[in-house]
Amino acid sequence: MSGCKECKGCSKGNESGIKNADYTIALAGNANVGKSAIFNQLTGVDQIIGNWPGKTVERAEGLLLHSGKRIRVIDLPGIYSFSTYSMEELVSRDFIALEHPDAVINVIDASALERNLFFTIQLLELAPPMLIAVNQIDLAEKKGIAIDTKKLSSLLGIPVVPTVAIRGKGIPALTDAITSIMQDHPVPPALHYGKEIEERIGKIVSGLGTVTTPYPVRWTAIKLLERDPAIQRIIGEQDTSVVETADNLAKEIESLHGEPVCVVMSAERYQVADRIAAEVVTVRPAEKGPQKKSLTDKLDQIALHPFLGYLAVIAVIGGLLVWTFLIGAQVSAFLASFLSQFEQYEPVITGPLMDILWNGAFTGFVAGVTLIIPYVLPFYILLAVIEDSGYLTRISMMLDRGMHKLGLHGKAIIPLILGYGCNVPAIYSCRIMETPKQKTLAAFLVTLVPCTARTVVILGLVAAFVNIWWALALYAFDILLILVVGRIAFKAVPGESVGLIMEMPDYHVPSISVVLKQTWTRTKSLIWIVFPAYIIGSALIQAFYAAGLLDPVNALLAPVTVLWLGLPAVIGITLIFGIVRKELTILTLAVIFHTTNFGTIMSPVQLIVLALVSMLYIPCISVILVLASEFGWRKALAISATEIIMAIAIGGIAFRVLSLVM
Amino acid sequence: MAQEQIEEYIETIFDLESRDGTAKTTAIAKCLNVAPASVTEVLKSLSDKGFVEYEPYRGATLTEEGKKIADTIKRKHRLLEVFLTDVLKLNHEKVHDEACRMEHTISEETENALCRMMKAPARCPHGSPISPCNRSVGSCAECDAIVREEIPVMASLRDKKIIPITELGPEQNGKIAFIRGDCKIVQRLSDLGLTLGTVVSLLRKTPMGGPVEIAVRRTHLALDHAIAENIFVEPPKAGNS
Repeated sequence: MSGCKECKGCSKGNESGIKNADYTIALAGNANVGKSAIFNQLTGVDQIIGNWPGKTVERAEGLLLHSGKRIRVIDLPGIYSFSTYSMEELVSRDFIALEHPDAVINVIDASALERNLFFTIQLLELAPPMLIAVNQIDLAEKKGIAIDTKKLSSLLGIPVVPTVAIRGKGIPALTDAITSIMQDHPVPPALHYGKEIEERIGKIVSGLGTVTTPYPVRWTAIKLLERDPAIQRIIGEQDTSVVETADNLAKEIESLHGEPVCVVMSAERYQVADRIAAEVVTVRPAEKGPQKKSLTDKLDQIALHPFLGYLAVIAVIGGLLVWTFLIGAQVSAFLASFLSQFEQYEPVITGPLMDILWNGAFTGFVAGVTLIIPYVLPFYILLAVIEDSGYLTRISMMLDRGMHKLGLHGKAIIPLILGYGCNVPAIYSCRIMETPKQKTLAAFLVTLVPCTARTVVILGLVAAFVNIWWALALYAFDILLILVVGRIAFKAVPGESVGLIMEMPDYHVPSISVVLKQTWTRTKSLIWIVFPAYIIGSALIQAFYAAGLLDPVNALLAPVTVLWLGLPAVIGITLIFGIVRKELTILTLAVIFHTTNFGTIMSPVQLIVLALVSMLYIPCISVILVLASEFGWRKALAISATEIIMAIAIGGIAFRVLSLVM
Repeated sequence: MAQEQIEEYIETIFDLESRDGTAKTTAIAKCLNVAPASVTEVLKSLSDKGFVEYEPYRGATLTEEGKKIADTIKRKHRLLEVFLTDVLKLNHEKVHDEACRMEHTISEETENALCRMMKAPARCPHGSPISPCNRSVGSCAECDAIVREEIPVMASLRDKKIIPITELGPEQNGKIAFIRGDCKIVQRLSDLGLTLGTVVSLLRKTPMGGPVEIAVRRTHLALDHAIAENIFVEPPKAGNS
């Protein structure tokens, strides 16, 4: 990959962070400003994508080698403010204030300077050693917007570098600026607000005299004035009087302006931002004659059209599903048959223990390869393209209304679609939702989406031996179930749900390097969960079975499998195999009955019930592990338990109802 | 003529006008269950008072003055419906008739107290929009603060007409005058540049009350319809699109 040019010598391994770094720097800024493009330019391929400890917020970290120094680069989430609106904002401000990075690079979008400077101003309040990269300066020029970066630098008192990150322009100048900031740690000059605000900040600062805080004093004072709950709590533990003083001062401001103090502060910051922008931005007056529509406007006339827009969404989502069922399935089948030349790809449950273990591990390995290469990798590439081009926001906007029925909003469609391929990347993608409640809810619904493995079971049992209509009916039932369960879960899961407030960025041609690197880093983190789970899980279950340990389990399950669900007793084992990967249900069945013609051993009702139960009864082991790593074991087990109970209940009812009609 | 009767007529004319374009005498008579002859008489008197434009045989339309009264009554009516449904847990079907009787007797003070108590609802239980109050406040938090006597009451009534951002025409601009709703949303919106006095325009709506797209400070935002209809702007002057 081309990215290796800048990175001289990649560090190996999968440690949770870059070790032995001489310096740490952070990238901060709004979403959609090209922050990840700059991150990729700085760090090359060597990136570690994980979570912030205990948070469902993505943390990207990379290594920059510059003039013999190892520099750890942290890509902070894209945010608009440092209030406590979201987890992303808390994570970012705590990182900058508490971990003292050696430099903060504020990436700003040249086309929307006021909104970006609003965030810059808040960064300056935190007073880290910082500099600005004015990115996408070429796009701004096309819109007739020119920015005087030298003047901006002198107004703010920090270095400003113009960049076009996608093409690597300005990156050497940026690295030089970073190096000098990192070594000198200059404190940026504070920006001043209106007199009535400054007077009160001054009073709080003097009141903070004896209080020790890890945060900068002026910033703490501003946050107390804004009644920031987190800071009020921290300071209140040491000195309640200063919190009360700040609260009274806030009331004074509210009586002067007639607005809540946090809104007054936003307005103050925007005033400063507007003033600075007015001095550095020159907008070329629009040419005479009919106004030329921009490409974004033209595309949006289709993408957001009340009729064509939906057609476009259906085409794109349909394309993703076609990929899953046609191309992905064929590649998967080809890989499976190719790998079966080396070893039998069907559960072996008799013979020497080593053979069984080896066969189990190999089966797991094949399962992993045939999952990740044909389905997950292309999905990540397509998702990255849709995301990076700006089309994802349009899909979200068009589908927002429907998603409201599930207590989610438009963005949730992405995890749900991804779920049709494999639930694992789908659950990771739930990070794009805003509140913890929406993340959990989306992940729960994802586990109900029939992934490729479950599709294989439905097709192999029902479409092959009953008829295609019953298979489609199962699909339809599943979608209905997702809608019903979604409504119920929305009421049952505590927490808040917020309406859609989303920036609509301009479209642009996706950068190949951003797409590939994002795909690779995401897949890499996936491999470390899926492969071990498949290989170890598969080997262990087969060994347990061979050792006769699963027979008692089988007998134990009989009341449920035989009496309630009306299935053959041996199904107990196959469902246990299915936990590793759902289509092992069929493979195990074939091994046990020595036939693949399931029509001869089970009635149509039994086939439908088995497919239904397999579809719902538990997420596979990789999904459980991913749920646990994203949301904790408690939620992962709660979701699994809910689904086991639901599958048994629905399966039993289906058995009785279907027995009457068929 | 009793105030209650005047208001009842104005309300009926308002409903008929928004349905048919003009309120015909026979239609008013049917709605209020009175004789057409007495309707004609009342319309003449309302016309003298300057609340309606009345042309015999063609029907009546409300004047600006009349529309203001209709707006206030509708607001009281719908706020009462929310109160009767959510607090008193009255049957959904009953609240309309109850509210019809109560709307004429409650004062402006009660009306605004109801609005604060119900946390400034945007819609009545039947889904019709509730217009914002006419106090000159920039947000609901400000209204609350005035009541808690934390800030002195300034110019008490808004001098300009305000409309939700969702009612702006295509390529029309408006200046943000009032944002209804809880502090967290107001804060989020102001972080994204939607501060009072900022010029915004409506780019497009999506069908069935889906999100709307707006332009503000050289950026585009998609907003949930329920959030957007709580952002009120001063519309551009007529003829200046």
